[in-house]
Amino acid sequence: MSIVVSSISQGILWAVLGLALFLTFRILNFADMTVEGSFPLGGATAVTLIAHGTNPYLATLAAVFVGALAGLVTGLLYTKGKIPILLSGILVMTACLSINLRIMGSANISLLNQKTIFSSPFLEGLPKYFDGVFVGLIIIVLITLALIWFLQTELGQAFIATGDNAKMAAAFGIKTDQMIIMGLMVSNAMIAFGGAVIAQNNGFADINMGIGIIVIALASIIIGEVAFGDLSLNQRLVAVIIGSIIYRLVLLAVLQLGFSTNDLNLISSIILAIAMVLPQVRHYLKLDKILQLGGQHHD
Amino acid sequence: MTKPVITLKDATVTVGNQTEILKQLNLEIYPGDFITVLGTNGAGKSTLFNAISGDLALNSGAVYHQGKDITSLPAVKRTAFLARVFQDPKMGTAPRMTVAENLFLAEKRGSKRTLRNRHLTSQKLNFYHEITEKMGNNLEDRLQTAAGSLSGGQRQALSFLMAIQVKPELLLLDEHTAALDPKTSAQLMDATNHQVVDNHLTALMITHNLADALTYGNRLIVLNAGKIVLDVKDQEKKDLSEEDLLEYFVH
Repeated sequence: MSIVVSSISQGILWAVLGLALFLTFRILNFADMTVEGSFPLGGATAVTLIAHGTNPYLATLAAVFVGALAGLVTGLLYTKGKIPILLSGILVMTACLSINLRIMGSANISLLNQKTIFSSPFLEGLPKYFDGVFVGLIIIVLITLALIWFLQTELGQAFIATGDNAKMAAAFGIKTDQMIIMGLMVSNAMIAFGGAVIAQNNGFADINMGIGIIVIALASIIIGEVAFGDLSLNQRLVAVIIGSIIYRLVLLAVLQLGFSTNDLNLISSIILAIAMVLPQVRHYLKLDKILQLGGQHHD
Repeated sequence: MTKPVITLKDATVTVGNQTEILKQLNLEIYPGDFITVLGTNGAGKSTLFNAISGDLALNSGAVYHQGKDITSLPAVKRTAFLARVFQDPKMGTAPRMTVAENLFLAEKRGSKRTLRNRHLTSQKLNFYHEITEKMGNNLEDRLQTAAGSLSGGQRQALSFLMAIQVKPELLLLDEHTAALDPKTSAQLMDATNHQVVDNHLTALMITHNLADALTYGNRLIVLNAGKIVLDVKDQEKKDLSEEDLLEYFVH
């Protein structure tokens, strides 16, 4: 049982990354590789600060700030430097590897006996892994509400339009470069925040903790889409969260089959690939039609 | 005498090896002008639009807005007083956003986009219903439909409405009916004319349809090899025939 709770807790905590990537991958319509760097950057920043005696909340806030900075660099390289977005992200991601080592001073730092955002008598009194579920739920609800609010504002609509049709957006006076930079900053701030929270939950930061996280974040987006189909924008955000939890449960099931944690990245990629291919297969086999005939007529 | 909205003075645009697409072109656009623009392919019609909108920089010459030099004003800032409808229905709208959301985006042209809620209230939607109804192609029934799912005619009608939602000082219509079938095209052309006349819009309209060029607008210009070779208005324009016009295409 506790192993399922652990997976759900992981799913909720990692959903932050899915939501962050949704902003760039689904709204701005490009894959931002920066996240592989900003995730460990957030973890390294928060954990190093905490290890040096900084208040864990301040340390987490600092992670958010450096994450936004990473996004800003990618955004400037892309919009002003005219470097393709994929390469801009890879440049920043690669640079982050060295920066993270500089910040941490070693390949990993433990938080043993340090106060983290998970250190409170109430959270420590909860059954194992429920602290992650509790904190994760608060975080994810707040972030989701903030995103829903933002995307419905005048600025949020301009942001969506930029990803949808940049030329048209510009023709209506929307500064598309600014929108793209803002999106990358917010997205990477959220990713670094996720890195800070997850590192504190794990009790350590590791230089390699960013490897494969773009696949994990994409998996939560795609699984949510495959599982729920056509949704409104707000519903899609919730679908990402559920997708993130489903991903963890699938991962758990696969590990139960006897795979080792060393196989995680392989398994992650396979899960994502299957989720992405599934709509094609479904279309090919005309399963959509069959499923529709089986009921669930909406109108 | 009224001041021109937009003035082009000796506007020259060169590409590549000194190929001049616009050659010291002079044009004054006055408030209320509805100018139809004719010319063969490569005559410089689209370049003229791009020079006005700021999408193309002039190599020499100047552009003035209400007498103020805007030659170096970036395109995105010119959108405060300019609006444009393109030939391709895909270009003027955000495909994944609904018709109502697209109209809302257009409503904010020229003003700052803040962190205020968009407030797509029923009152607002009723207003959108009212303005879309005037286009006469059932767009009003599809306010909650993604723009990408509209028919070409509806999508182009939406692009047009969006362009005039905040009254532009100058409206650029870049063959906006050319990608549509003849019936839809004629219908949008008719709706366009009504809107331009009723709202006293100042507009420049590129067309390849000589009949349209003669029927609509109060002024007509013909471009050839980067220069304006004919510029007639009012009675003079009314007296023109298609045969007269064809002469200007022979060069």
